[in-house]
Amino acid sequence: MITLTDQAFDPGAALTAFSAGRSESGAVASFLGLARGEAGQSTALELEAWPEFTAPEIEKMAQSARQRFALHDVAVIHRVGEIAPGEAIVMVMTAAAHRREAFEACDYLMDYLKSRAPLWKKEHGPAGARWVEPTARDLADLERWGS
Amino acid sequence: MIRVLLFGRLRDVAGWRETAIEPAPASLAALKGLIAERWPDLSEALAGPGVQAAVNRGLVRGDAVLAAGAEVAFMPPMSGG
Repeated sequence: MITLTDQAFDPGAALTAFSAGRSESGAVASFLGLARGEAGQSTALELEAWPEFTAPEIEKMAQSARQRFALHDVAVIHRVGEIAPGEAIVMVMTAAAHRREAFEACDYLMDYLKSRAPLWKKEHGPAGARWVEPTARDLADLERWGS
Repeated sequence: MIRVLLFGRLRDVAGWRETAIEPAPASLAALKGLIAERWPDLSEALAGPGVQAAVNRGLVRGDAVLAAGAEVAFMPPMSGG
């Protein structure tokens, strides 16, 4: 399930709900991304989405991960709007029969979300605001998956 | 008439997020020509690295035919997570 929300969410509650009732999934992995304060240089992040396009595009990534790693289930929660340092921006959860697939699918999805999800991130700080674009590292990370 | 949507820094460059263009340009290339005349700064930003276009919510590479009522979105490099 893909959720775009402009409200802070509870990662623990999300993981509990995702894990509930799984008698055949031996592994649930999750990744939680938080907004960094950069020692005062970042006072807020602003995440812009185009909900009618962003959610279906992330759903396509999730389906690709589901097939590639034989997942039993996958969920992505992504914040939009204004996010304060320390708040959760993104949470990916994967369920699989065994741990390797669950771990790798989380890693794969995060690499896609970083540079292929239709989201635009603006960092606000004392020196003004700037748009954040994928780094060379982000692009190299994505290439690991052979796309 | 077609609708044009801008995201991220493209919206800041143009100073608008959405506009309607009448009459409808026949193609994406024609739309870009029109943008170059009306909004030169935006035109320059659209030529930057990693800018993608979507027509009716499907990503397109190169040119595309635009029917009346089309929705064209220009998107700078994406950055989630």
